[in-house]
Amino acid sequence: MKQEMTGAEIVLQSLVDQGVEVVFGYPGGAVLPIYDTLFKQNSIKHVLVRQEGGAIHAAEGYARSTGKVGVVLVTSGPGATNVVTGLTDAMMDSIPIVCITGQVPQHLIGSDAFQECDTTGITRPCTKHNYLVKDPNKLSPVFHEAFTIAQDGRPGPVLIDIPKDVQFANGTYTKKENIIIPPHRLFEPEIFKNDKKIDEVVNLISKAKKPIFYIGGGCINSGPKAAELVSQLVEMTGAPATMTLMGLGVLGSSHPNSLGMLGMHGMYEANMAMHDCDVMINIGARFDDRVTGRLDAFSPNSKKIHIDIDESNINKTIKVDVPVVGDVSSVLKRVLKVWKDNNLKTNQSDLKLWWDKINNWKKIDCLHFTNNEKEIKPQYAIQRLYELTKDKETFITTEVGQHQMWAAQYYKFEKPNRWLTSGGLGTMGYGFPAAIGAQVANPDALVIDVAGDASILMNIQEMSTAVQYRLPVKIFILNNEYMGMVRQWQELLHGGRYSESYTDSLPDFVKLAESYKAVGLRAKKPGELDDVINEMINTDKTVIADIWVSKEENCFPMIQSGSAHNEMVLSKDQKQDKLSAEKGKILV
Amino acid sequence: MNKSVYDSPDNTSVSRRHILTVLVDNEPGVLARVIGMFSGRGYNIESLNVAEVSNDEHLSRITIVTEGTSEVVSQIEKQLLRIVPVHSVSNLDEEGSAVEAEVALVNIDLNETNKKKIYEICDFYRARKIENENSSIIFEIAGASERINRFIIEINQITKIEIVRSGPVAISTHKNTEEV
Repeated sequence: MKQEMTGAEIVLQSLVDQGVEVVFGYPGGAVLPIYDTLFKQNSIKHVLVRQEGGAIHAAEGYARSTGKVGVVLVTSGPGATNVVTGLTDAMMDSIPIVCITGQVPQHLIGSDAFQECDTTGITRPCTKHNYLVKDPNKLSPVFHEAFTIAQDGRPGPVLIDIPKDVQFANGTYTKKENIIIPPHRLFEPEIFKNDKKIDEVVNLISKAKKPIFYIGGGCINSGPKAAELVSQLVEMTGAPATMTLMGLGVLGSSHPNSLGMLGMHGMYEANMAMHDCDVMINIGARFDDRVTGRLDAFSPNSKKIHIDIDESNINKTIKVDVPVVGDVSSVLKRVLKVWKDNNLKTNQSDLKLWWDKINNWKKIDCLHFTNNEKEIKPQYAIQRLYELTKDKETFITTEVGQHQMWAAQYYKFEKPNRWLTSGGLGTMGYGFPAAIGAQVANPDALVIDVAGDASILMNIQEMSTAVQYRLPVKIFILNNEYMGMVRQWQELLHGGRYSESYTDSLPDFVKLAESYKAVGLRAKKPGELDDVINEMINTDKTVIADIWVSKEENCFPMIQSGSAHNEMVLSKDQKQDKLSAEKGKILV
Repeated sequence: MNKSVYDSPDNTSVSRRHILTVLVDNEPGVLARVIGMFSGRGYNIESLNVAEVSNDEHLSRITIVTEGTSEVVSQIEKQLLRIVPVHSVSNLDEEGSAVEAEVALVNIDLNETNKKKIYEICDFYRARKIENENSSIIFEIAGASERINRFIIEINQITKIEIVRSGPVAISTHKNTEEV
């Protein structure tokens, strides 16, 4: 059945057909016909943000917390350019997004018209794919393809640019069942014949003396089943497992085989084990530079298995011995089957020696910090936040910087999709709108944005959004009046010259909350912390909790730029060797 | 290995010329996606050639000559395959034998003293004179890039020339099971 309707109606119908419930957006001249159609219907809820950048991070938060596609609707020109950061963020962290942008009418394209920009040109490198739709009849096929591409293979953002005249023009709507997407436009797992590879994987793991699982965000993107399969495999082999920033929650923090996070601010034992292992099983991670440290000293004596859905990640920076291209769940199912069918076991005595070694590294107690009676240590603040929220249905989002790393280190995640952070792009200003998106998707959950005083100001305008929709999002600011991570790098690498990293003239966050008709709380001393956290949790409103923490605390342990996994710095007093420091200085 | 914040430990393979042939849907922006990937990720394009090869299916063939180690070129191939309208990517050098050809148009400054010698060279290289209304002396030469290079060097030693080159296109000599 084909139906005639306007372009704008086709847009809405396509969204309904795709099961979309919420759209995050901001109106403007070039999307007015779509907003008009939105006004006349009830199936789709629109969340009005206060800047388009907020819309796309909110959609990311929505997507990451539900596994569904996040949808964004913005206008042409500045509306489109304001979502570029979020698109890039979603691209780097593999978040499924469909972003609809208005465009000036076709006869004006290329004339430097008001609010015109080359949206598809600008967003080409930061989307999986994008479209400029010039024919209303093509709208529904494009939408259905876009939703498929956003979720297919390695997920990511897709943008659809629609000139205003196309929104007004009549066209036919085609249902999603009637759309055929040519296979070359999608991820094609059948071209990779993995059977032999699976045997190699199983063989390597079963013979390993010092195996380690290195688990990434792909295990979350692969769906809820993937995390279960990962746990099964880890338990069956008895091997230790470490997670990337994006993979936190795949294996519960309390799981006996979990070594926690690895990488630049990861656990000492996780990094040491990565360095010393003889078989590394990378599942859905991409050897990011924040994880590997110096490449020529990265896990020098191991055979490496790499399971990744994106073939371009194979051998990109680290040469691997057994690459397996495919979806984590489907690959692991086959690995588990072969393992069980052959009744395989790892060598328990070898494994025991390996765990003894790891347990010795654990004794270093790399997350140890000296607590203080007078000032709140940021680590302590996160510890208390965890203790007081762990029994609730909690989602944690973060901005980017020291507070993000402390949250990753001291908050314990037991389930996937509960930890929303900007990993690849490192976008300050991500956390608060992402929390709004997560709260929209999970109205009864406790959603907390762990923020820094600098990051939160990057999207503070979304306070208005949170209050308008009565979203009881909590903003937990670790306030040290610095761009903490910038200051830390300046201290460690630039002779303590704190160039422009002190944030003068910060707002009074309590009054700021109140001015938005939200609730503002403050803790200045360790003794006040628990009360503030409890009050924050128990307030059914948007809350800013301004936590005054030690100003010059550093985030440790740390693999400084230019160093290797086994050269972690555990405290300020421990210096990086000079040569590495010189080389490291030029790195990011 | 390549492209990381960190130095690569085993960057030992040699950099050399590769011809990549990319079959794509002929839709707006497809060329920009392909060349944007090269510039965005810091790869080289030595020459580029694009034309529709099947107008009923709207397929185009993009031929790209690039230089890099086998690791870099393999990464380029994988990055190309991520682009939605890309059907297939072949590295013709890796697949054994391939025939390559390019076309050059050469405007030659002819006079009575060099005329004979130039016609001899053109004859030798099978460069064909193209008649035109302004009676300027334009030759067309087609074939392997290396042969065109030699032709240009020889003519250049005698007189001034203006050159336009298409960059090579290439095809595998294997029996083809690909779509086009």
